[in-house]
Formats: sequence, C-alpha cells, structure tokens
Amino acid sequence: MLDTTSPPRAAAVPAGLEHHVFRSRRTGVPRLRTYLPELWQRREFVYELARCTLRGQNYTNVFGQLWLVLNPLLMGLVYYVLADILSNGKHAANYFSMLLAGLFLYTFFSSILSQSAGSIIGSSRLILNSRLPRMVLPVTQMVIAFMRFLPCLVVFLVVHELQHLQWGLAALYAIPAFLEVAVFGAGLGLVCATLQVYFRDFSNFLPYLTRIWMFMSPVLWELQTQLSKPGLKADVIAINPLAPMIGSWGDALVYNVSPRPAWMLEGAAWAVAAIVIGTLVFIRREREFSVRL
Amino acid sequence: MSSLSASDLTAVSAAPQDADAQLDDDYRLAIRIKDVRVDYRTIVNPRANTLRHTVTNFGRKSKDRKVRMIHAVKGVTLDVPHGKVLGIIGANGAGKSTLMRAIAGILPPSSGEIVVNGRISTLLALGVGFNGQLSGRDNVVLGSLAAGLTRRQVDERFEQITQWAELEHAIDLPMKAYSSGMYGRLAFAVSTHLEPDVLLIDEALSTGDAHFRRKSYEKMQELVGQARTIVIVSHGLAAIKEMCDDCIWMHQGEIVRQGKPDEVADEYLEFQGVPRPKRKENAEDETADDDVDPLDDAMSMEDI
Repeated sequence: MLDTTSPPRAAAVPAGLEHHVFRSRRTGVPRLRTYLPELWQRREFVYELARCTLRGQNYTNVFGQLWLVLNPLLMGLVYYVLADILSNGKHAANYFSMLLAGLFLYTFFSSILSQSAGSIIGSSRLILNSRLPRMVLPVTQMVIAFMRFLPCLVVFLVVHELQHLQWGLAALYAIPAFLEVAVFGAGLGLVCATLQVYFRDFSNFLPYLTRIWMFMSPVLWELQTQLSKPGLKADVIAINPLAPMIGSWGDALVYNVSPRPAWMLEGAAWAVAAIVIGTLVFIRREREFSVRL
Repeated sequence: MSSLSASDLTAVSAAPQDADAQLDDDYRLAIRIKDVRVDYRTIVNPRANTLRHTVTNFGRKSKDRKVRMIHAVKGVTLDVPHGKVLGIIGANGAGKSTLMRAIAGILPPSSGEIVVNGRISTLLALGVGFNGQLSGRDNVVLGSLAAGLTRRQVDERFEQITQWAELEHAIDLPMKAYSSGMYGRLAFAVSTHLEPDVLLIDEALSTGDAHFRRKSYEKMQELVGQARTIVIVSHGLAAIKEMCDDCIWMHQGEIVRQGKPDEVADEYLEFQGVPRPKRKENAEDETADDDVDPLDDAMSMEDI
C-alpha cells in the first residue's frame, strides 16, 4: 500500500518516468522512506513561503518590518511591569535579562503551536489543489516562528550587553536547550495541526492553554528557586516538560553556568518522544485532510 | 484494495499471460483508472466538528454526529495512453473535478486504483497556491517550488513563464491588482512550463481572451506533440471538440458515454435539453455551441 512505488521492471517503463499508484487508503502511515525525501525536496518551497508570508504580514503598516523587533521589546516591557508590581520591586539585578530570555523562548514555542494549528485549515486551497506532502504546511509555520525568534535574540543580546552580563563557554548549552524546545514544539505543533482539522474550535482553547503553561514554566520565575520549595507546585513544575528545557536555557544564557545534565537529558527525552508521536499522528491522518476540509 | 483490482483484471482476462499484459499496461499507459469510487463524508451538523460538541455529547449517539456519504465518483474505469488529450464534460456535480483531484493524487479513492505514469501538473482551481498580497514574481516562484522544482530550475524558467504570459510589465505588482485574465494566464503559464508528463486542467480556459485562448491551445498542442498527456474538464464544448482526441461524458459520478468528442458533445447537448442546430446542417457546428455557452467564445477559432 504505497503512494509511489518504484517500478519492478525498468524495461517496461519509458526512461525516468515517475510512477504513481493511488489506492484507497485514507489513514495509515505512508512509507517514510518515500515520504521524508519528498518532504526534504520541498525545503526551498518552505523557506520561500516562510519568507514571503513574513514579508507580507507587516507590509501595510507604518513600522513595517520594525515590528519584528518592537513586538518582543514591548512584550518584555509588559511582563516586566507585571512582575515588578507583583514582587514589590524586589528582584535580582539581572531579572530583566532572565525574563526576556525565558519569554522569547516561550513565545517561540507557543507561536509554533498556534501557527501550526492554523496551518492546515488556513491553506485549504493549497491542500485541495496540489499534492504536497502535507507536513510542508506546519513545518513552514515553524520556520516562520523561528524567523520571528531571530530578531528577539538580537534584542536579548543587546540587553545582555547593557546589563554587563558575562559570556562564557557554558552559554553554549543554550543551543541544545533551544533545539529541545524547537523539536518538542514541532512535535506538539503537528498534533495541534491534526487536532484543528477534526475540532475546529481547538484554536480557541489553545491560547489559554499556552498562557497557563507559561505560568507553570520558568519564565517569570526561576526554576531553581521554585523547585526547592515544598508542596504541590514543585511537583507540578517537575513534570512540566518545558521546565528543564527553559531552565537550562536561562542558566546557560544569563548566569553562564552549565545546566544540570539531568535537566538536559529529561528535555531531550521529551523532545524525541514529542516529535515521533507528532509525526506519526500527522502523517497517519494527512490523507484524510483533503476530504475533511 | 489491490486484491480487488487484481480480481477485476483476471475477470477480464482469462489467460495468465493476459494478466501479465495488464501489468505492463500499468507502466505503458499514461493514466489508468480502475473502478474508482470517491466518497465524501460530510457531517450533517457543521457544529459537530467542534470540541465543545464532542465533550457535551460525550457517550451519546447524537443524530448530529451522523455523516452523510456523498458518492461523487461511482466506479469509473478509464485508460488514457501517452500523448492523448482527454476531455471530460458533464453537468455541474457530475464528479468531474473530484475525478481530476483523484487522478492528481489529492483525494484518495474510496476503492479502486489509479495509476499515473509521469510527472503530474495540475491547473485545478484558478490561483493554486497563489497569494494575492504577494507579487506575481513571488507567486511564480512559490507555485513552481510547490510543484517540486528546485530553485535553479525555477530561475531558468522564470523568463519563459513571464514572457509566455505576456506579463513582464506587471510581474512585480501584487497579484490582487491583476485582472482575472492575467491571473489565469500566469497560472496556465506556470503549470505548463513545469514540463509535466500529465497535465490536468479544470475549467482554466474560460477566463482568457481570444488571443490567450489560441495561445494556450497551441501550448497544449506542443505538449501533446512531445507525447505528454492532457486531461481537460470544460463546459466549453468548442474547446473540447477542438482539442481532444477522446471525450467522456460524466453524469452523477458515472461515465455515460465515451467516444469521439463531436459525438459525445452532441449527445450531451441533447441530454441537456439544447436542441441540435437545425439552421445550417453541420456546416458550422461551432455557432451552435456559441448559443449554448456564451463564455465559450467561438471567436478564438475564427479570428486568428
């Protein structure tokens, strides 16, 4: 039961013609050995679509592309004011860097989820009129989320510099921590994209879900201090998959200390599990999308 | 499902070597459609598609949850050899577009099997993957990349595409500023310049003016000359008669008639309640179509 079979006898086939067989199979996992190369073949399309979409989004307003930097800065300010009021102005000197680091990474994560959720429904014409591997669509949204994250990183580096924080080798641990969040988000994003096809109001729930998840993740507070407190909250935080990833990220970038190996490993395990499950869920269902739209 | 089609084949051919020949046909012909059915499921109540509904009606056998099956294509069997042009005509809702999407591999068949040999290019609804905010240039690049071309291949063909569509002056304007004719020209240019082996065109020829229409006929002839295969869905019977080698008339998901385009088209017209031309006996058939479908301008045939 394959989408595209390789010809068993080359002699009968005119040179180099593609051979497609379409059979009745609405669900079920297609052969990954043909699916993944086909997905890889569209990488230039993904990049180009992401670039064009991003450019198109801020085309018509006054600040234009400047919004890519303004957005994260303003968001950082909003949460800084909030946290400042809640803590009566008592916090560490480098709290603002800490906050921005967590906030930007979390925003990247949550925009992967929300944009992926809309990716299939939002491209119904593309789905009904072309034979793309459907995974191209959520992946494009993830690339867009990443492109939005890059200016955030620049903002963070400027703040980092202004607060005279130290750089060191341990900061490199931020890279694997970031990758964990990206892969974990990608896996969940694929699940969200699939869910949205079946439950059209899923994207209405999603913002509340991600907001609560943010408060349970070490964004507005530090992982180290909360974990040491006794009680239910520490337990909840301990099972939050994002906690070790964002915790490691903050430790590496802001404090320049190597994160605990246990945190890194836990994060990696979550990420791998999420991407495997997400991919399987998505491609098992993707043939049904065109009938469901 | 493969077992189903296999038993079909053996039913047709008694001797085992014939079955072997059938297998060869799977690679020799451009398109083979074997007893294909396509069903849509639509939920009667559109709100049954939400989480809220699922949660509030959990465990209950709700009537809303009932799905209605729509049998869009009911058992179509068809072979198209390389280098042929097949026309598909039929009333609205006959299953023409659904069949096209199934051939393109977009809609999975519910039963049966479709074999296509060669690179497929589709020109289904106008403006495939086309984003009005973006410039014509971006859209050409995106459309070609989506079809599986590499960036370099796109760059090589870009000039050709814009020249063919005669849109060099407007290629950097946003697509929303284009007229529907310009839209159609660009979409047609992209899909035909992808070097498809199998080109599927659904009602794409109705927006162009006489000049463009003539040009697209010539482009299709050129493709056919290179042994490429074209399937056209159109309500413009004149176009079908001029372009096609073979024609099928679909009605309610089934093939009613298959044969010479002239004959099938005439029968179809009669079925549609359009009287046959009596004024001039078979002198100028074209004008009769003109009466039927003003969109299908017969000018293109005489003017140029």
